[in-house]
Amino acid sequence: MSLLVVRVLAKAFGGVQAVKDVSFHLEAGEMLALIGPNGAGKSTCFNMLNGQLAADKGSVLFDGRELIGQRPRDIWRLGVGRTFQITATFASMTVRENVQMALLSHHGELFSFWRRASHRHGAEADRLLDRVGMLHQADRACGVLAYGDLKRLELAVALANGPRLLLMDEPTAGMAPKERVALMELVAGIAKEEQVSVLFTEHDMDVVFAHSDRLMVLNRGEIIATGSADDIRSNDLVKEVYLGGGTTFDTGREMKSHA
Amino acid sequence: MGFYLAQFLTGLASASSLFLVASGLSIIFGVTRIVNFAHGSFFMLGAYLAYTFVQILPQGIFGFWGAILVASLAVGLIGVLIEMTLFRRIYRAPELFQLVATFGVVLVIQDLTLWLWGPEDQFGPRAPGLEGAVRIMGEPIPEYDILLIFFGPAVLLGIWLLFNKTRWGTLVRAATQDREMVGALGVNQSWLFTSVFFVGSFLAGLGGAIQLPREAANLLMDLNVIGEAFVVVVIGGMGSVPGAFLASVLIGELNAFGILIFPEITLVLAFLVMAVVLVVRPWGLLGRPDVVLRGSAGPAEGPLQPFTSTARLVLFGGLVLLLAAPLILGDFEIVLLTDVLIFILFAVSLHLIMGPGGMVSFGHAAYFGLGAYGAALAVKYLGVNMLGGMVLAPVAAGLGALVFGWFCVRLSGVYLAMLTLAAAQITWSVAFQWQDVTGGDDGILGVWPAEWVSGKAAYYYVTLTLVGCGLFFIRRLIFSPFGFSLRAGRDSPLRVEAIGINLKTQQWIGFVVAGLFAGLAGGLYVYSKGSVFPDELAISRSVDGLVMVLLGGIQSLIGPIVGAVSFIVLEDLVTRLDYWRIIFGSIILFIVIVAPEGLAGFARRFLPQKLAGRDLMGGGGA
Repeated sequence: MSLLVVRVLAKAFGGVQAVKDVSFHLEAGEMLALIGPNGAGKSTCFNMLNGQLAADKGSVLFDGRELIGQRPRDIWRLGVGRTFQITATFASMTVRENVQMALLSHHGELFSFWRRASHRHGAEADRLLDRVGMLHQADRACGVLAYGDLKRLELAVALANGPRLLLMDEPTAGMAPKERVALMELVAGIAKEEQVSVLFTEHDMDVVFAHSDRLMVLNRGEIIATGSADDIRSNDLVKEVYLGGGTTFDTGREMKSHA
Repeated sequence: MGFYLAQFLTGLASASSLFLVASGLSIIFGVTRIVNFAHGSFFMLGAYLAYTFVQILPQGIFGFWGAILVASLAVGLIGVLIEMTLFRRIYRAPELFQLVATFGVVLVIQDLTLWLWGPEDQFGPRAPGLEGAVRIMGEPIPEYDILLIFFGPAVLLGIWLLFNKTRWGTLVRAATQDREMVGALGVNQSWLFTSVFFVGSFLAGLGGAIQLPREAANLLMDLNVIGEAFVVVVIGGMGSVPGAFLASVLIGELNAFGILIFPEITLVLAFLVMAVVLVVRPWGLLGRPDVVLRGSAGPAEGPLQPFTSTARLVLFGGLVLLLAAPLILGDFEIVLLTDVLIFILFAVSLHLIMGPGGMVSFGHAAYFGLGAYGAALAVKYLGVNMLGGMVLAPVAAGLGALVFGWFCVRLSGVYLAMLTLAAAQITWSVAFQWQDVTGGDDGILGVWPAEWVSGKAAYYYVTLTLVGCGLFFIRRLIFSPFGFSLRAGRDSPLRVEAIGINLKTQQWIGFVVAGLFAGLAGGLYVYSKGSVFPDELAISRSVDGLVMVLLGGIQSLIGPIVGAVSFIVLEDLVTRLDYWRIIFGSIILFIVIVAPEGLAGFARRFLPQKLAGRDLMGGGGA
């Protein structure tokens, strides 16, 4: 049984069918990339998996449990971590406190009115920060971090409850090329070592081809191709929708300028 | 049957005037995002100016209507003047600053009106040619009311034409949806905003002017009408003119028929309807949620820091001084100091939900007043002793916060602020109108402390102890996991939900805790004064709290304390003067424009590092 099984997921906004009967599955420890041109329905898909958006129909089974109809916070408690296209962190806290906040929630201490929050789970927070290479900045205010560091911090926060699935919406958006590679290597390492599955959307084809075990291509709300990097590169339909014919994926260098 | 029809028509007639005010408020909000408290003052100025112009211009139909038109235009120009000198500077400021700044304008205009026209009500003339009444199904309906019934829809039509058939109207509608984009397309925003202010203020002035034959111009008009106008705009949907019309009719009829059924609680009805609408349709009947508003929150707050050893020393010294105060100071100063302590607790409790909680409350006086009334009523009807009263005060306020808070935390931003205001107005109107129980305007007298604390110094020590414990608890709370979850929710609601936190529950608890401590402050207050009046629940008391928090600086935990001390001392000095409101209003405006980070923030820039703690914001990697 796969960790995540998505069946005929659909969502319409008014007359626009943003996601049309999308079905796929994800194995434990697998990195699955969801790609597609702008407006293909990637984010809509993501937001339904995560519970932020109600699906019109379909089913999302995570380890045998139905996620559709559950709230984001309940889905998190089942072991699904999430990072956002635009980082969502707590600007008025230090880097360590950001992770501590997630740990406090994970350990069920939200209704503690007397203990000092900054004295709780410090070691665990530092271990997570070390994992993403942010330990040396643990005492800095989150509000002054560089964007790439915020992305790392967000990853540490998302890992706080030991999730078995990470949903990452454009994890490298807004980062410099060098940082992108570093961050995705980090994510891939975590996925392999801790058997965390990762589903991510991405525009940077270098990142996608280098770090995904499998790819899905979404166009106008429908999955038009699934397979390994090589399968997708040589798929005619994908070339058609992505590039309107003409150039091919083999010219990876050119793709970069489109990303 | 005829009677009910007459009642219905009266409702429609009052709806027209209300609609004029509310539509102006709504238009201004739609484009500038400023919730303008001073809009009620424009309404009042419209009535007063019409009164004056009617006397200057020749009598007769043309003189009367000419006076109304000139008065409305004059109010429009006053609006432009205020917009250009003041509001222009605060368009980018956080909502709270804008609201408080506009309240500063309210105070200034109140005193100017008092100075120009005096304290007496000014009765305007009947409208020439419309002095009589027509009989409809046997009931007399004033002719002027009939005219007003048609006036509202006519103005609605006029606004619709202006918005849909002119280039200016298209720009206004575009700016209502996305003002940055309109600016990016090369439209001169300053003039667009100014012209919108003119139209909005003109409508408010017109609403006040045409009300003159029905209601004498008086100094209470401004806050009375602004409360109702807020309700109308929120019910109709902020920025929606047709919504404002619909809601005006709803409220007009509600008042007309409500007075037949529940004469005691007519004021409550309007606010109850608003609360229900907001919970069912959080953006009002015809409002839209998809308004684009890009970041204007100002610089992020720094991380929390525990007291440094130097700060602890200062704190200890301060405590010693406070303990020794009765030995040094006279009774008068001790009473003032007791007041200061009580309002410190009030301000700190408000800061808890506004600062760390990120919920701007415009009605925190409700919980202060509920505490005061809770204790006073228990003394009056149950004959409880002081201990019982002091326990019941926070309990009553906490229960109030439990009920109102449940509704309030479902909203955010301006809508949340409006709902908290509505909640406070509900409690105020109950205290004001339910005379049999609360004594209405006469208040409740004879709530005195027990024998052993009847001395000024003894009561001061009781207050010091309770306030001290309250402050300590709130500070611990802010540093606790619960307090962290509040701040986290303020910083990023999206992330909080994504790490398994039910933000509404946390906010609700925060709201109740803040209510409890405000109630404790209210209880201490009522025993120190011996009486309580509806004023303790009024808008101006809520604004007092806001000004204290703002004065001290919202981003600092010490801020509300500094703010409350400065506020009470300042108030004590200024209220002895005749025209204190104008001074006070000017001070508010000065703070908002010159020192928006408050006194504590202002001082922090100049304090030695030792006292202020490490600068985490600027520091490099550890």
